[in-house]
Amino acid sequence: MKRSRKIEEAIFKVLMVFSTYFILLILALIIYSIFEKGIKAISWEMISQIPSGGYYYGKGGGILNAILGSLSLAFGATFLAFIIGLPVALYMNVFLVQKKKLVGVIRFILDLVWGIPSIVYGAFGFSMMIFLGIQTSLLAGMLTVTLFILPIMIRSMDEILRTIPVGLMEASYSLGSNKSEVAFKIFTRQSFSGIITAILLSFGRAIGDAASVLFTAGYTDNLPNSLMEPVATLPLSIFFQLASPVPEVQNRAYASALILTLIILIVSLFSRGLGKRYHKTKINF
Amino acid sequence: MENTSKISIVNLNVAAGKTQILKNINIEIPKNKITVILGPSGCGKTTLLKCLNRLTDLYPELKVSGKVMIDGNDVLEAKEDIYQLRQHMGLLSQRPYPLPMNIYNNVAYALKLKGVKKRRDLHKQVVSYLQQANLWEEVKYRMREPASNLSIGQQQRLCLARGLAVSPDIILADEPTSALDPISSQSIEEKFVELKKDYTIVLVTHVLRQAKRIADYVVFMYLGEVIEQGTNFMIFENPKMEKTKQYLGGTFN
Repeated sequence: MKRSRKIEEAIFKVLMVFSTYFILLILALIIYSIFEKGIKAISWEMISQIPSGGYYYGKGGGILNAILGSLSLAFGATFLAFIIGLPVALYMNVFLVQKKKLVGVIRFILDLVWGIPSIVYGAFGFSMMIFLGIQTSLLAGMLTVTLFILPIMIRSMDEILRTIPVGLMEASYSLGSNKSEVAFKIFTRQSFSGIITAILLSFGRAIGDAASVLFTAGYTDNLPNSLMEPVATLPLSIFFQLASPVPEVQNRAYASALILTLIILIVSLFSRGLGKRYHKTKINF
Repeated sequence: MENTSKISIVNLNVAAGKTQILKNINIEIPKNKITVILGPSGCGKTTLLKCLNRLTDLYPELKVSGKVMIDGNDVLEAKEDIYQLRQHMGLLSQRPYPLPMNIYNNVAYALKLKGVKKRRDLHKQVVSYLQQANLWEEVKYRMREPASNLSIGQQQRLCLARGLAVSPDIILADEPTSALDPISSQSIEEKFVELKKDYTIVLVTHVLRQAKRIADYVVFMYLGEVIEQGTNFMIFENPKMEKTKQYLGGTFN
């Protein structure tokens, strides 16, 4: 009996260690391949200029159009999704706290739409654009991506808000707070770092998705200058460069991927820092 | 005593689905006294306490009927401002739940809900309530620190200060010392004895000795029913019911 338990323990330990290192190895390989191919092609020119004529056949220029396009689209969409998503998550956890069944249904629906592939959102956005008579544009792309990341935003905030102890809610009410005070003054503060994580997660999805912007934001070699005109995005830029027969341009695709990765890294480091700083001082606003 | 009762609970019944949590509760809670609700875990003490400030509203599965009269007004009937009504009662729960703010704002939050606006008034009152809760000396240089940095005992006293800050006339305490060390517990108990000249205190506990030490009036509950109620002396020295005798004698099962 004792012996078999020891063997069981050993097997599970090996299994856990193996899977952990296996995953780490795969991740390292992905990052290595992006670096290895990308670093050759990356240059100041690439991040400071827009594509010149023949860029996709190996001539000069850069992908500033896609960098700025992606940033404005992702920031815009994340902002919109946050503005809509936070009240929804708070509503579910403060105002609907007595209606457990209804909240269960809402969660189920959100989980369902979370699973819908982004190309479907793209198609939906496209049909809405036709219906409203809007062309491919930054605005259309932004709205489509907002819809696409909304379930992610709401559900991740919801999961954090759910973990708030009932006792804190009772304590807040017993002081005489009303529901919106509990929601905006207590719950948002209590789950501040979790809300940052939700925003980060949504931003990552927003900036990394190609399918939802394919029909809606379009593509252009110009810098984004209006909400009503098409914008370039990094994932599509990677796609177009990778599809080129010229090896140099393919390497540039990896360089673009590297840039995309770095943007996400910088944004997450920044917001982690924000979350931590908040935690330390717990502020006075 | 009867003519100075602060809270009268009349035929209070609480059910969750088919389970009856409280059965026909009738209690008169005297003003400016410590009333201890005593009983084993799961006898409905906490639910009873939550009926008093309508926290039961948060649990839709609870069906409450009967009357809870505070100063002659039925709390359960009150349709108007339930939020204001709750400010008549400070709540101290089993575990302290400090608000996610710094120490100063934990008390200031309660004051702002009451309508205190001026910075200077806020500061003065925060200090005074922290003093009342015997916490001021320990935190006077730490006001900007998050409340969660405090020890559990300090947090519980902070919650007391916060509860007093809404200027209630009733203090509801739900086993407030169960998570505390003996010294912190003693300090809370002493505080209660001191506070009863200004407040009506309802304390839920399962600790016999605590009840005996500080109770003026004791309500013994078992399985959702009030078995016996009376003064400290009546219950501890001269219990009438068999169940009470068993519980006090430790031969209860």
